[in-house]
Amino acid sequence: MTTTDDLLARTLREEAGPLVARLSRRFGDFDVAEEAVQGAVVEALTSWRRSGPPDRAGAWLQVAATRNAMDALRLRDRQRALAARADPPTDHGSGEDTDDRLALLFACCHPALAPEARLALTLRAVVGLTTPQIARAFLVNETTLAQRVVRAKRKIVSAGITLTVPPESQRAERLSDVLAVVYVMFNEGFVSSTGPTQDRDLAADAVWLAGVVATSLPDQAEAWGLAALLTIQHARSRSRFADGELVLLRDQDRSLWDHEAIAEGERMIERAASLRRPGAYQLQAAIAAVHATGASWAETDWLQISLLYDELARYDASPVVRLNQLVAHAQVAGPEDALRRLESLAAPLAGYHLFHATRAQLLAAVGRDDEAAAANRRALELTANDAERRLLTRRLHSRPLDDGS
Amino acid sequence: MKYVLMYTSRPDLDASTDPEAAQAVYKRVYEWFGENAGVMADSGAELLGVETATTVRHGSDGAVVVDGPFNEAKEVIGGFSVIDVSDMDAAIAVVKTWPMLDLPGVAVEIRPMVEDYSQFE
Repeated sequence: MTTTDDLLARTLREEAGPLVARLSRRFGDFDVAEEAVQGAVVEALTSWRRSGPPDRAGAWLQVAATRNAMDALRLRDRQRALAARADPPTDHGSGEDTDDRLALLFACCHPALAPEARLALTLRAVVGLTTPQIARAFLVNETTLAQRVVRAKRKIVSAGITLTVPPESQRAERLSDVLAVVYVMFNEGFVSSTGPTQDRDLAADAVWLAGVVATSLPDQAEAWGLAALLTIQHARSRSRFADGELVLLRDQDRSLWDHEAIAEGERMIERAASLRRPGAYQLQAAIAAVHATGASWAETDWLQISLLYDELARYDASPVVRLNQLVAHAQVAGPEDALRRLESLAAPLAGYHLFHATRAQLLAAVGRDDEAAAANRRALELTANDAERRLLTRRLHSRPLDDGS
Repeated sequence: MKYVLMYTSRPDLDASTDPEAAQAVYKRVYEWFGENAGVMADSGAELLGVETATTVRHGSDGAVVVDGPFNEAKEVIGGFSVIDVSDMDAAIAVVKTWPMLDLPGVAVEIRPMVEDYSQFE
């Protein structure tokens, strides 16, 4: 990712969402508005890459998108009257559009839409990514992705899903759907967005979006929790890869971490805690903060992490959380105990590569090398990610197995 | 916007429902229709059991009449309503209070009605 790409990404994600919301309102058609902005984003990428973003990038996008929308409406017979009624294009750029963007985000993450479409639509309409960028990031077929987006947009229009922030009574419930999409966006980006083919840093986009949500809904503790979690995780991103290879937390160069961002994440945790509504994201953020403030892997406050995982398991008893809980316990109570308890997760996590990778490390720690090698091979078979695959291969061929997790 | 609500249930699970609890739910259904009279657009219908269903199906030598519902799903449609509300969120809010949802296997499908026929021209 180049500096220009980074600048484009920042500009587009600031401007695209509010513009989609504004044009949806003006023309009364989300589908037309979203398509028009997508067209403008594609035009911007071409033009701005050549000559850099214009001074008033928001106005530029708005003029281009409005022109696209008018063109689309003119093409549609039944919309002719509507196009004539619509206001002429004006070029007031971005402004106080946070509520519009939030309403758009709630619509894109609506539970009536297919889960796999929510993320794609959010990336396009709210964050200003193009369909090819999304397809590259998720390694999915562009046509399939485009069809998914089209279906979701048609449903928004035809089923009467409106661009509104849900009323107080439904807000927390609907917010959890929104936060889930942002969380997945970050994780996808965190794992995969490292290749030279990526011109958008999805993880950075997700950190930004989590911040937008939290500042727009300042009394929602979990929104702050997610913003804190992603901010802290992202602060470690520079140390996660060295020469294209995944570096485990244990071995990461902690001087590369963005300590200012970590401190900001901690402030967000405090802000969330002051609302006195604990939740799973806040606990994950607290765990990440303990990791991020440890002087080294060995000097990490494992007891604290272990206790936080116990608390997290009360909100989220999924096998993956229980696996992490167990890894933390192993640091406190030793590998023998952890290995015993790991057996209860063997069935639900049989297809999860990190279960086998964890088991391999624990087996190696107690000297059961042959079984460890078998578990590593299983982990390797199950991972889809290139960097993780190389790490597991390296681990399979290295003795002793000491690279941590 | 107008939406059709299709009330479905799983007859195979009805037997396992405590009759007294079911009776209490039916009473609340009656009240629910009263509370939501304002959004009901047309009179809906409660349907007789699926064992009374007859289906007329396409056949290569002309339509064929067969016994039973149009599909073999476990869920059967027990009735429908037409509501007129501002948007999907309002429709969902109404449906979420449907008392039968307390019973296992019960589901309500929400489908927007075609109101603008110009889109087919």
